Amino acid sequence: MKPLSIVVRTICNIFAWFVAIFGAYVIIHGHLSPGGGFQGGAIVATFIALLLVAHGGKRFFEWVKMDIFTAFEGLGLITFVGIGFLGLSTTFLYNFLALKGGLFGSPVTIGPNAGILNSSGTIALANMAVGLEVVGGLSTIIIFMFLGMRYVMEGGKEGSEDDK
Amino acid sequence: MKGPRIIYLIFFVVFVGILCQGLYDIHPFGEPREPAMDDYFIANAQSERAANNVVTSIVFDYRGFDTLGEAAVLFTAVMSVAALFRKEE
Repeated sequence: MKPLSIVVRTICNIFAWFVAIFGAYVIIHGHLSPGGGFQGGAIVATFIALLLVAHGGKRFFEWVKMDIFTAFEGLGLITFVGIGFLGLSTTFLYNFLALKGGLFGSPVTIGPNAGILNSSGTIALANMAVGLEVVGGLSTIIIFMFLGMRYVMEGGKEGSEDDK
Repeated sequence: MKGPRIIYLIFFVVFVGILCQGLYDIHPFGEPREPAMDDYFIANAQSERAANNVVTSIVFDYRGFDTLGEAAVLFTAVMSVAALFRKEE
């Protein structure tokens, strides 16, 4: 499919990065503010969809390979299961990092407060793992549907020039 | 065509009536019947798990195995979409 007009592409170039940064913020601050891995991952996948719609498939596949998103998805799920197995000295998915000092181990003030980023133990790590998985998974779905839609719109012709 | 529509309408009215009867017996808003577990999470989640967002500490820690299932569901969905949109060689 052809890229959209220069207006759409310019606006996309400016504002798509804010979407990506906001998604990363929602993932990383999942244990402090509303949101988390699933929601932030969906926001970052919106960024991928925005690039794909505005710039078309040819330029998009010059920038990134699709294998990256598939790798993200598998890596996220494996990391989540691995975090679960790391706490196996007590129970599966036990929070073995919280309140121990060190990585994500700071104590927090009890009561309503803004919180600190370096807290909550494996909750933050699991948030990032799930965020990575959702980014990869939703982007894979979007790209697959894009390729399938183009296959239909071009009359079922396989192997066109800008296909991958 | 007329008969089945009347049957659908009767089923609809009966179904809504059953739902409304359920609403009639519901407990008041903000007063759960068994608040023991809610009170435990509200009182202890922050000191036990050190996360300010209690919802996240339930989803990713206390009920972490459930979240693992959700992530596996997403993985399976992506796998089936990839199988559906595959390229035929």
